[in-house]
Amino acid sequence: MQLKASGLTCNRGGREVFRGLSFGLATGEAMVVTGRNGVGKSSLLRVIAGLVRIAAGRLILEGGEPDVPIGEQAHYLGHQDAMKPSLTVGENLQFWSRFLGDGRAVKPALEAVDLAELADLPAAYLSAGQRRRLSIARLLAVPRPIWLLDEPTSSLDAPSQKRLAELMRDHLVDGGMIIAAAHGMIGLERACELKLDRA
Amino acid sequence: MNTFAALLIRDMQLTIRVGGGALMGALFFLIVITMIPFAVGPDLALLRRIGPAILWLGALLASLLALDRLFATDHEDGSLDLLMMGGMPLELAVATKAIAHWITTGLPLVVIAPLLGLMLNVELHATGWLALTLAAGTPALTFIGLVGAALSVALRRGGLLLAVLVLPLTVPVLIFGIAAANAAIVGPTPFGPPFTILCALSLVGLVLGPIAAAAALRHGLE
Repeated sequence: MQLKASGLTCNRGGREVFRGLSFGLATGEAMVVTGRNGVGKSSLLRVIAGLVRIAAGRLILEGGEPDVPIGEQAHYLGHQDAMKPSLTVGENLQFWSRFLGDGRAVKPALEAVDLAELADLPAAYLSAGQRRRLSIARLLAVPRPIWLLDEPTSSLDAPSQKRLAELMRDHLVDGGMIIAAAHGMIGLERACELKLDRA
Repeated sequence: MNTFAALLIRDMQLTIRVGGGALMGALFFLIVITMIPFAVGPDLALLRRIGPAILWLGALLASLLALDRLFATDHEDGSLDLLMMGGMPLELAVATKAIAHWITTGLPLVVIAPLLGLMLNVELHATGWLALTLAAGTPALTFIGLVGAALSVALRRGGLLLAVLVLPLTVPVLIFGIAAANAAIVGPTPFGPPFTILCALSLVGLVLGPIAAAAALRHGLE
């Protein structure tokens, strides 16, 4: 499987964010998108997720499901955690797992991010880092080949960052792909770097 | 089917759990109807004549009460992004949310309407007909409001804009709803024609509302 972008251009709010971006990413590879604030790192992830229209250029996933949009073969971990405070931790993850996939593997996913004991607690009582871990559990509960991570380590403590790095490594070993927007290498030492500059 | 049920149950759970959201509309409805006899005085004949209109107006305002939050919370916490990335077409997801919204806020209005009808001197046998017109017409209100809720998220303006956009579009529902209710209670016009048009309005809303709302959301999220 290979994700190929050529001449990708993105416009948001009538302003050109980036233009003529090309890259290729194969199974088992990771890419870290770096650059200054407002340079379009998040926009690039949203373009790949299919949440923002491509203004020009092409984005294809070779070897993926041909009839399914790339966004439906990808997970998007944005700044917001998409968890409802009035539902419990388990209910939140159960919902996304059923909506995005087949609804199995909720418990192992919670165990993988060390939240299994809190499954019956309303999500309102979670700390920022715990909520982040719950969002990460979503990536594990539904298998999808591409992970789009927008500053995934924000509000995670050191052990959790280490755990995330392990999970990302496992995903790559299983033949996944990761594109992360970050300011450092976030534990993906062998990842290639895509540096965005002002257009 | 699994994703449909998951979204339906989740949205119903959310409305019921968050601050009695489901009962808010019904309570508002109750308050409006209770105040009317105090406002117009104890003229039973007059109450009976304006009863259907008052009930319909109350139901209209009550069903719009919680509508502006329909997409706003999902937009704020990022859920809307993920709803677009699921396998379910956005139109269907939006329709599912509308159905969940109607079950939790529209259906309670239909259920308490016969009771409130009695307070407006509507006869017992007629209250059933009245509830039937509400059951047929309130889905149309929800589906029209759905478009307004999606637009208010897309345009990043809530509240008043929603009322200004949505209320004029609900006028046909109001007219035929009250016509059907009056036909059943006071007569002498037939009940059938206005009632079937009311059903048609709901069905058209079910088809067109989600398409329009999904288009508004797609455009607004960019």
